[in-house]
Amino acid sequence: MTPRRSVSAAIPGSAAPRPAPASASSTGLWLRRNLIGSVQNTILTLLALWALFVTLPNIIDWAILSAVWHNPDSQACRDAAGACWAVVAEKHRVMLFGTFPYDQHWRAVAVIVIVVGMAILSAFRRFWSYRLFAAWLAATAVIFILLLGGIFGLTPVGTHQWGGLPLTLVLFAGTVVGGLPAGVLLALGRRSSMPAIRAVCTGFIEIVRGLPLITVLFMASLMVPLFLPEGVSIDKFLRAQIAMTGFFAAYAAEVVRGGLQAIPRGQYEAADAIGLGFWQATGRIVLPQALRIVLPALMNEIIRAFKNTTFVSIVGLFDVLRATSTALQDPLWGRFAIEAYLFIFALYFVFCFSMSAYSRHVERDLAEGRNL
Amino acid sequence: MSEMSATAPRRRPSGRQFAWRDVWHDLRFRALGYQVLVVAAIIGLAMFFIGNAQDALHKRGISTGFDFLSQAAGFDIGEAPIAFTSADSFLRAYAAAVLNTLKVSAIGIVLATVIGVAVGLARLSGNALIRGFASAYVELFRNTPQLVQLIFWYTLIAQLPVAKQAIPIFDLAFISNRGLVLPWPSDAAAFARVLLALALAIAAAILLRRRQRRSGLAALALIAVAPLAVWMLHGAPTGFSVPRLQGFNFQGGVTISPEFLALLLGLSLYIGAFIAEIVRSGIQSVGKGQLEAARAIGLRPRDTYRKIVLPQALRVMVPPAASQYMSLVKNSSLGVAIGYPELFNVNNTIITLSGHTIEAIGIMMAIYLTLSLAIAALMNIYNRSVQIRER
Repeated sequence: MTPRRSVSAAIPGSAAPRPAPASASSTGLWLRRNLIGSVQNTILTLLALWALFVTLPNIIDWAILSAVWHNPDSQACRDAAGACWAVVAEKHRVMLFGTFPYDQHWRAVAVIVIVVGMAILSAFRRFWSYRLFAAWLAATAVIFILLLGGIFGLTPVGTHQWGGLPLTLVLFAGTVVGGLPAGVLLALGRRSSMPAIRAVCTGFIEIVRGLPLITVLFMASLMVPLFLPEGVSIDKFLRAQIAMTGFFAAYAAEVVRGGLQAIPRGQYEAADAIGLGFWQATGRIVLPQALRIVLPALMNEIIRAFKNTTFVSIVGLFDVLRATSTALQDPLWGRFAIEAYLFIFALYFVFCFSMSAYSRHVERDLAEGRNL
Repeated sequence: MSEMSATAPRRRPSGRQFAWRDVWHDLRFRALGYQVLVVAAIIGLAMFFIGNAQDALHKRGISTGFDFLSQAAGFDIGEAPIAFTSADSFLRAYAAAVLNTLKVSAIGIVLATVIGVAVGLARLSGNALIRGFASAYVELFRNTPQLVQLIFWYTLIAQLPVAKQAIPIFDLAFISNRGLVLPWPSDAAAFARVLLALALAIAAAILLRRRQRRSGLAALALIAVAPLAVWMLHGAPTGFSVPRLQGFNFQGGVTISPEFLALLLGLSLYIGAFIAEIVRSGIQSVGKGQLEAARAIGLRPRDTYRKIVLPQALRVMVPPAASQYMSLVKNSSLGVAIGYPELFNVNNTIITLSGHTIEAIGIMMAIYLTLSLAIAALMNIYNRSVQIRER
């Protein structure tokens, strides 16, 4: 874009149309803007490149070039200078399925497929309706049949044998499917005009949010048996599930409350004017709008709920983390704990990163005012 | 259930006979009825639970009450910040545990803030490589469970070389599978008082600046002079104890245990990633027009940042940062997974040894709630000071 050209371009019909600015796609300009624009910037670039140059070859050598990928004998790993990914190849069944009976692992795989499939379905907006919620309830039933067995000729498997990824995913799905409606109810209760209801909901939300999740889980696993009449006992898995759900509900309630507050008064008044009752107005007018507004924030809580499933390993459930540390108690493979933990690190990352990428996508649509 | 709506007609014309149906359709009675039901249900459930618990405790012959707090604890705490032996009371064990929780949380909050601000600014850097590093860190650490990170750090430290082959850092500090040894002033008590004086001086300087707007120099002088005076009063000790390898372990300096180090890394690197996002979005929330206006009135970049961007960004950043700090304090309870003696961990031991499950859990919950409320209150005060003052 030389000055001479632009002058001639200013006279109508005197010159060929100006070409689009070449800068946007040019590598040279990108470099100048982002890497070597000024002296400071160039120094930063050189420092960053130096850091990469020092660390990257070592990392590549350790993780790929000198690594042992597949070897049933841990001696090969002891001799090698690099990572021992063979620990994952050797122990992946324990890490992924925990103490679930070995010959029944196909059921655990089916559960993983169902939960992941339902989660993917839920991401599409055209499926967003109360029917999706019904589908989740149906999926939950199928999952429990698959995991528990005892009917349709499936071998019974006690919840104490559940473990690994299916346990993590079932806990996660149960937490969200149960905690979301509970959170909505708590949020509505906190905004209720009835003082006793408001006090109960506010008290629950604030106390739960003031406590670490691990203490809530601990209470559920230690205090609940004490509070129940003799002879009645609730399953360890169920206790953890209830604690996780209550914890998630308290955080979800605060997010939903933010959405409820953002709905203008006019919407409530209009619902009143056309004669809708409280539940109709809430279910058909207020909640659909409120939940859309807070969806990114709600996604953050949902991702957090997924990460929080690891906490149950402290109260003795065999989720992926606990199953992995149990697998590492094998004296032959225990010294390759770093590789095993890196593997589940990557596993959790895949799940959480896809959820947060989706959340960002929704957020962008919201910011651009697109109708969800 | 449309009767609940505010517009539902109340059919009770004057002069008509009393009918129960009218009460049923009266909004006020309905509201009252719901509330009575909920409260009664909660009280009933609570009484049922408490009754069961009393029965169970009675059968096991466990007395309730807080008398056990004065009994001898009968266990040791690995790294107690106050002198603690197994002959000390359970109450003192709680004190030691809370101090440990506070220690790791306070250092963790400072570290997370430093990491968060640095990475948050790096994500806005003009340099693509720096931006990339910062994004990679944030995505990796935000999208993986904190507990996995924590256990990973602990495992990593456990696999470091033994003390004899410790990795030196400028020959002053050493890191090994026994933890990190740092040089430390020989006169530790004097050093602590100098630090305290510094902290008080900074607090006083902030107050001073708020009172009289243009006294930057006086404030700076205060920050410099107060710790110096305390240092002189202690006879200006300059001795540093530098760790030296003797036999199989280090002598001198101060040792930071692997448990503390792993918990500190696990807390601050995880929360730091969240703080980074808060810092980035806070700065980005400042309108472009503000920057253009600052340039138009000829402010230098440094002043633009200090006087235009930061005050507005802080307003957006403080509330979410407060909840991250609370989350850090609460998640210090994950120390139980690696054996750091913080409140939750020590409380478990106390429950096992004393048998007073309900009381001990009550004490622990009260302490965590108090800590949460204290942070919320502190951050509220700070929040008020950065909000717009409207007249």
